[in-house]
Amino acid sequence: MKLRAKPLAMAVVVMTALFGFQAFQTAAAESAVEMGKELANNRQKGNCVACHAFKDAVLPGTIAPPLVGMMKRFPNKAKLRAQIYDATATNPHSAMPPFGKYKVLTDKEIDAVVEWVYTL
Amino acid sequence: MKKIVLLTLTVCLALGAGSVFASPKDDIKAFQHYFKKRFPKVKFDKFADGSFALDKGLAVDMESQRDFPPWLDFLEDGEKIWKTKFPNGKSFASCFGKKVSKIRVKYPFWDEKGKTVRTLEGDIIACQKKNGVEPFKVGKGKIAHLSAYIVSKSHGDRIHVVVPNTKAALAAYNRGKHHFYAKRGQLDFSCADCHMYNSGQWIRGNMLSPALGHVTHFPVWRGSSSRKNLKNGDGFLTLEGRYVDCNKQVRAKPFKPQSEEYRDLEFFHAAMSNGLPIMGPDYRE
Repeated sequence: MKLRAKPLAMAVVVMTALFGFQAFQTAAAESAVEMGKELANNRQKGNCVACHAFKDAVLPGTIAPPLVGMMKRFPNKAKLRAQIYDATATNPHSAMPPFGKYKVLTDKEIDAVVEWVYTL
Repeated sequence: MKKIVLLTLTVCLALGAGSVFASPKDDIKAFQHYFKKRFPKVKFDKFADGSFALDKGLAVDMESQRDFPPWLDFLEDGEKIWKTKFPNGKSFASCFGKKVSKIRVKYPFWDEKGKTVRTLEGDIIACQKKNGVEPFKVGKGKIAHLSAYIVSKSHGDRIHVVVPNTKAALAAYNRGKHHFYAKRGQLDFSCADCHMYNSGQWIRGNMLSPALGHVTHFPVWRGSSSRKNLKNGDGFLTLEGRYVDCNKQVRAKPFKPQSEEYRDLEFFHAAMSNGLPIMGPDYRE
């Protein structure tokens, strides 16, 4: 009995840890999305809303394309990140501020914005 | 064969050089054509109304401000300044001439002797210095009240900037042109990014005004400046005062008011609106 109980207990511990980790991961992703959304609406930070329309945007600008179907438009996440980091790298005339290159946002903040953009 | 290649190269170089060193006359034509094509429904003179010419809702706002101008008290202050004599018995008329209505249309202009762009506000300060009076602070306040009074007497005139064909004048003009098209600040915007290529678009609740017609209504009465000024609600701002704010908005370090950089920019910026009616002072958001 003792011998059989041990693997079971082990399995329970492992499963709990796995679920816990997954829950932790989901929570982290959710909080990144939340953070990204907040940055996008913050005038001093991303201020995406000044130029882009997106779901739940309040009085968005009309300067740049609406942020919809972003996962389909940017299947490669790294490309999306690069666009936010420095849009002038691919188009020198782009009116989009180079958020990473000129340190308008930190690397962590850009990651959060990418996570949020991917939900749109 | 060699000759043909050489000839082609020469022609290409000449054409290339032509587009880099376009004459101010060609620049003005191309600049105004850009906006006429972008906003085909707007009549040329209407560009002096800025964003109000592009949106009916905004036009209603402007009409209500023009019906009951909140700036009249400050305009009266400007008239008093004009009429007040300096301690030496002279007045501003000793520098500008007695006819107020003849002043605004001359500015900005190229002073070949001094090798510099002369602006109305710059000459107000020069006049005070010449007469041993402490000069006004630049950008806003009394200098804007006086220039608002001068501009208010110039209605009916049209912007008429002459860029002489001299090396120094063209250099100043080209420096102004460069400032206009160069990206600057942490947000990396050029004047042209917002006020040319994205003019007429909304940046949240505000419309980006077309650069054609910008200089017609200065000093400007800005609703937002007036609301922010808790001391006396004075919303007047000179053109260079607006340049400072614009530079700050793109997170660039502003230049000093009446610096060569801003005077050259005004020279180019004003020349682009040649032919438009002088409307100042007028209201903007």
